[in-house]
Amino acid sequence: MNTLPRFLRQAWTALRFLLLATVVLGLLYPLAIFGIGQAVVPFQANGSIIKDSAGKPAASALIAQVSADNSGTQSPLWFHARPSAAKWDPGASTASNLGPNDPKLLDAVKAARAAIAAAEGVKESDVPADAVTASGSGLDPEISPAYARLQVPRVAKAHGLSPATVQAMVDRRTVTGLEAFLGQPSVNVTELNLDVAAAAPGSAAPAK
Amino acid sequence: MVFNVASFITQVAVLLLLLVLVHKPLGFYLARVFEGTKSTRVERLFYRLAGVDRNTEQSWSIYLRSVLVFSAVSILVVFLLQRLQGVLPGSNSLPGVDPWTAMNTAISFATNTNWQVYTPETTMGIFVQMCLLAVQNFLSAAVGIVVVVALIRGIARTRTDRLGNFWVDLARTSFRVLLPMAALAAIVMLIGGVEQNFWSTDVTNQAAGITQTIPGGPVASQEAIKILGTNGGGYFNANSAHPFENPNVFTSLFQVFLILLIPSALPYAYGRMVGDQRQGYTVVGVMGTLWLASTVLMGWAFAGAEGTATAAAGGLGEGFEQRFGAAQSSIFATATTLTSTGAINVAHDSIPPMAGGITMLNMMLGEVAPGGTGSGLYGLLILAIVSVFIAGLMVGRTPEFLGKKIGPREMKLTAMYILVTPVIVLASAGVTVLLPDAVANAPASGPHQFSEVLYAFTSAANNNGSAFAGITTSGPYLSSVIGVAMLLGRFLPMVLVLALAGSLAKQPKIPASSGTVPTHGWLFGSLLLSVTVIMTALSYFPALSLGPLAEGLLK
Repeated sequence: MNTLPRFLRQAWTALRFLLLATVVLGLLYPLAIFGIGQAVVPFQANGSIIKDSAGKPAASALIAQVSADNSGTQSPLWFHARPSAAKWDPGASTASNLGPNDPKLLDAVKAARAAIAAAEGVKESDVPADAVTASGSGLDPEISPAYARLQVPRVAKAHGLSPATVQAMVDRRTVTGLEAFLGQPSVNVTELNLDVAAAAPGSAAPAK
Repeated sequence: MVFNVASFITQVAVLLLLLVLVHKPLGFYLARVFEGTKSTRVERLFYRLAGVDRNTEQSWSIYLRSVLVFSAVSILVVFLLQRLQGVLPGSNSLPGVDPWTAMNTAISFATNTNWQVYTPETTMGIFVQMCLLAVQNFLSAAVGIVVVVALIRGIARTRTDRLGNFWVDLARTSFRVLLPMAALAAIVMLIGGVEQNFWSTDVTNQAAGITQTIPGGPVASQEAIKILGTNGGGYFNANSAHPFENPNVFTSLFQVFLILLIPSALPYAYGRMVGDQRQGYTVVGVMGTLWLASTVLMGWAFAGAEGTATAAAGGLGEGFEQRFGAAQSSIFATATTLTSTGAINVAHDSIPPMAGGITMLNMMLGEVAPGGTGSGLYGLLILAIVSVFIAGLMVGRTPEFLGKKIGPREMKLTAMYILVTPVIVLASAGVTVLLPDAVANAPASGPHQFSEVLYAFTSAANNNGSAFAGITTSGPYLSSVIGVAMLLGRFLPMVLVLALAGSLAKQPKIPASSGTVPTHGWLFGSLLLSVTVIMTALSYFPALSLGPLAEGLLK
């Protein structure tokens, strides 16, 4: 028997198999998960969107939200997120992909350390590692409690709040317990900045 | 970022406990699916519509041809529909995918590699991701599983040339195993915070004057099978480091569990199908030992935090996500490279040099601990045959494996299997480093630059898909060589495995005698472990010395 027709018949079977499998696995399955998500956990399914006091979507709790100028310097009014190779653009997640011995990375780390120490008025050795290293996604909304503590005086002053009040906000947004043990203690900057804005209405309008 | 040893030990213990608890019931279920003869009414309808004769079993060559034809059709369809993205619905206003990228991606997803030469956010719309790539995540994982099932049948059956029906095996694995498990996993991920929608959301922080567009998509459904099927192709560029794919440390630990789940349950199914449960325990014991050793080694390398830039930063951080921490990321990096997954929750390019070396070594082991879905088990069974061959040489008898003679034909197939992947990796990396234009795609310098190239080909030929992502591989040269490496690295081993299955199935079963080397227990397990490690070390040691070892040792 000629093998070519048999080969073609198999290809025809393969094509039909693929098409049918696509209906089940590529349409019905994701739509079912979509339905379950909307019915059971709509907040998570829709991207953990936090609303402001007016009920308008203000941020995603999972995505860094940063006010920065064109050179990538973050606004002195708010808590700063970690450096980002994606410039905190939610549509362009990426890491720097620089090696641990890369001279470019070494320079970037040193420059970031000096800049942060100057801006916060602390010693260079007090700046923690997460403050000077770009995250894996470029959208990491979280920083270490040490880096948050460093920023409390600056943010408190910018909004006319007492440092104790702002530190209390930081503590409230610090992950603790089992999650902090398995991962590590961290503070969600996106949520923290919204807390600060809510506590100090008006002061956030262009401060200059 | 501090490496928390207590957290590391806790997570490893939790994973071990969960896998030990689950591998038996799941393995039992898998064996029942593969040995079952009944079809449900829906399946019968499916077979009728697809034109599958469910009652006919195939010889090894027809089984192989079905594997190859199905994969070729998948590659062609995925390629063509990516090219047509611009005129299809669900494109998110993105144009048709560039031909080099489309071909590389089609091969990548049909071979269970999920090497991503593209940036998903700006290249692939919802249709391509959901209806093409995620579907291949299911089917390529299922193809890996059915090939090992055919091999197990070849070992278990006697005097026959029939190995089962590829189409029936593929449908059963997809719909009875992967689909229900992925659905459960997706629901857990949804609750954990992974999104599942079809729109992006504009958000405005009034106080700070920031406007963002938060990307949406059917992420949970895709993430579940990406991880469960040891695929690894992320919905977003940052993969499992992206907060929407992996929102917290719990989902991250859950992902590691899912990566290891099916590959570590398959040995139990194997033991059951060959009628000797000890065989399965020995195999899974070897897998588990290697996994544990590699995980501890990786933890050590992460804790060391070597590197000039890392030291200047005051510790690990570059490429890490704050919420996972170094312990979880080291466990993830091990699991993803010991299997054919290649998802990442930390940028592998930025981890300490020795840790980068371990990720490569894990892939070079042939991804057998516990390996990709199906491919891990057939890889280790091939190494088991090498082990009985070596033991047979020592006692001066024709080696046997579960009552089947390992003659010249079987040994030739086995030897070729062992050689195929190292040849692809070393030849393609070797040629590439001779081409200055190609090397220029890796932006690092010194040993790290070589590591970026070596990692790319190791990952491609072993169908892993992770990367030292500093390297740019979207140009015609690298994308096509990597495409060829993925194809050969996937299908040449499968050809050999199925040929071996065919020749084992034909044989009668010879009863064990006093000269038979038992293929279970501590002694054989240790031999298998040594063979696995030595084979790898011999093949790849020179290449590893030039890359990560040099970078880690030279200060």
